Amino acid sequence: MKFRNKQIKMSTKKLIAGYLFVSPFILGFLAFYLKPIYEAVELSFNSIQLMSDGYVLEFVGWENYRRALFVDERFIRHLVGSVRSTITNFPLILIFSFFIANMLNQKFRGRTIARAIFFLPVIMTSGVILSLEMGDTLVGMMQGAIKDDTGAFSTAQLGDMLEQTHIPAQITTYITGAVGMLYQVIIASGVQILIFLAGLQTIPPSLYEASSIEGATGWENFWKITFPMISPLILVNSVYTIINSFVGESNWVMRIIHETIFRNLRYGLGSAMAIFYFIVVAVILALVSLLISRKVFYHE
Amino acid sequence: MNKKHFKPGNEELIKLFRKYVTFDKAAKLLWKIVRAVLIAGISFIILYPLFVKISVSIMIENDLYDRTVNYIPRNFTLDHFRVAWEYMRYPTGFRNSFILSFATSIFQVISCTLVAYGLARFKFYGKTIVFGLVVFTLIVPPPVILLPLYMNFRYFDLFGIIGLISGGKGINLLGSFWPSILLSVTAMGLRNGLYIYMIRQFFRGMPHELEEAAYIDGAGLFSTFRRIMLPSAVPVMITAFLFSFVWQWTDTFYASVFFIQRIPLLSIRLRGVGSLAGTGNWLYASQLTNSGVVLLIVPIIALYIFSQRFFVESIERSGIVG
Repeated sequence: MKFRNKQIKMSTKKLIAGYLFVSPFILGFLAFYLKPIYEAVELSFNSIQLMSDGYVLEFVGWENYRRALFVDERFIRHLVGSVRSTITNFPLILIFSFFIANMLNQKFRGRTIARAIFFLPVIMTSGVILSLEMGDTLVGMMQGAIKDDTGAFSTAQLGDMLEQTHIPAQITTYITGAVGMLYQVIIASGVQILIFLAGLQTIPPSLYEASSIEGATGWENFWKITFPMISPLILVNSVYTIINSFVGESNWVMRIIHETIFRNLRYGLGSAMAIFYFIVVAVILALVSLLISRKVFYHE
Repeated sequence: MNKKHFKPGNEELIKLFRKYVTFDKAAKLLWKIVRAVLIAGISFIILYPLFVKISVSIMIENDLYDRTVNYIPRNFTLDHFRVAWEYMRYPTGFRNSFILSFATSIFQVISCTLVAYGLARFKFYGKTIVFGLVVFTLIVPPPVILLPLYMNFRYFDLFGIIGLISGGKGINLLGSFWPSILLSVTAMGLRNGLYIYMIRQFFRGMPHELEEAAYIDGAGLFSTFRRIMLPSAVPVMITAFLFSFVWQWTDTFYASVFFIQRIPLLSIRLRGVGSLAGTGNWLYASQLTNSGVVLLIVPIIALYIFSQRFFVESIERSGIVG
């Protein structure tokens, strides 16, 4: 009887503790996020007239959405484009970053320096550095040299090489395209490499030791230990890669939304675009995470 | 199965052993070479833009027009760095940026770790919804909430409590670090959804036996979290800290909304460095900007290399725990 009583106490304790742990987020969401979201939705159904002392809302129904989807000639085109490029790039980035993280996790001379170098893309693609980069013609010109170099190899030599192997044309174009995008893939993988690396660091070495004593090869260790242990982070990285590709600063749809809101001051239309865009991204995310999460291993 | 295979004679065994060992060695050597080539090649691709930046920062403007000068300056100068340094008000800017980035990153990592642990290990009503909202905050394009966020901090009033006490319209928090701090404490900062998600996934991958053993030994929920779970989460937390620090350090988006221009930050000052060159003089402007970018990057790289120590330490710790 006493034992049961204690158990109930533990489960209620756990319930309260759960709420306590997530309370910062809930508080923050209610205080800072709910209102902006509500207002954005409200704006998307209104037309806004800016006055000298504030603004006046005029209800227009679905007009803003109609305009975004059927009138604006750029929005849908760039939306489809960014969906396509995200879906093609995301497996590349994921595989590449996983491979590199495994490599950087091995012991070799100069590892610290190599890791520092692979951390650079995170810095170079962030905030003010990225926005200055996009406006810098001089460095753009000089860097164009290397992008051309890696790109030229892909289309010319590699294409010819692959043609002789009788692999279906779709696959060869995908591979040549991938090599052509090498620079973008490397630059876009910084965050993912770090996340994978952190995950690899937390796998207890004793697991490998035990399995090696049992006679497992490195290949078996990789698939039976590393892969399942890292699989929760594969899901995170997939989600992040997709989100970053959609809402990152270099995304064209984001630029259009930004421009509509801040340059043309059409808050209603911009909000409608943002909300529609959000729904598209959410659907794609849900599909991808549903597919991947079935393969994820948890200690549960 | 061939029985002979399992019980080879002495000679055969030696042969087999030799064959296996040499093959293994050759494979290892080959992998070492491939790895070195790959790392060197990719490192070059990553470093090249940085080389270009440094190269244009240390040459005088005339060298840019000179076709015989490639990357290595004929007339070396540190003037661009000096100009950028002064315009960015480097010592003050560095101090402000560091305080802001360090404080927000610490707060973000703490709040995100707590939320992540709650989501990973406890069952409560609405958990799926909370997690859905975490991902939601990541997807919502920042420009959408910019204006309301600005208004929120212009007349800051937490759920109307301040208004009740003072009867006013709320306090103006713009122009201080408070908006950033408040957002960080409540896990609402830049890309905090990613940290929550990442740390949550990490906790979910940990075996339950550890906590159960601790509970049986009479440890409370919080002390189990602090003493058993946290130590092994250090690498993930450091990673979140690094992201947070870098993104705060180079952020101008929130900083310009929250009017932190009043407090000089390196990232905000950097945007104006190019304008010193005057209109039309874009080559010189680019040189100044790139010098500024180099000045902005150096401290973060130092921080990254410094943080590597914690990775090594935490492996040892997680070895004990796991």
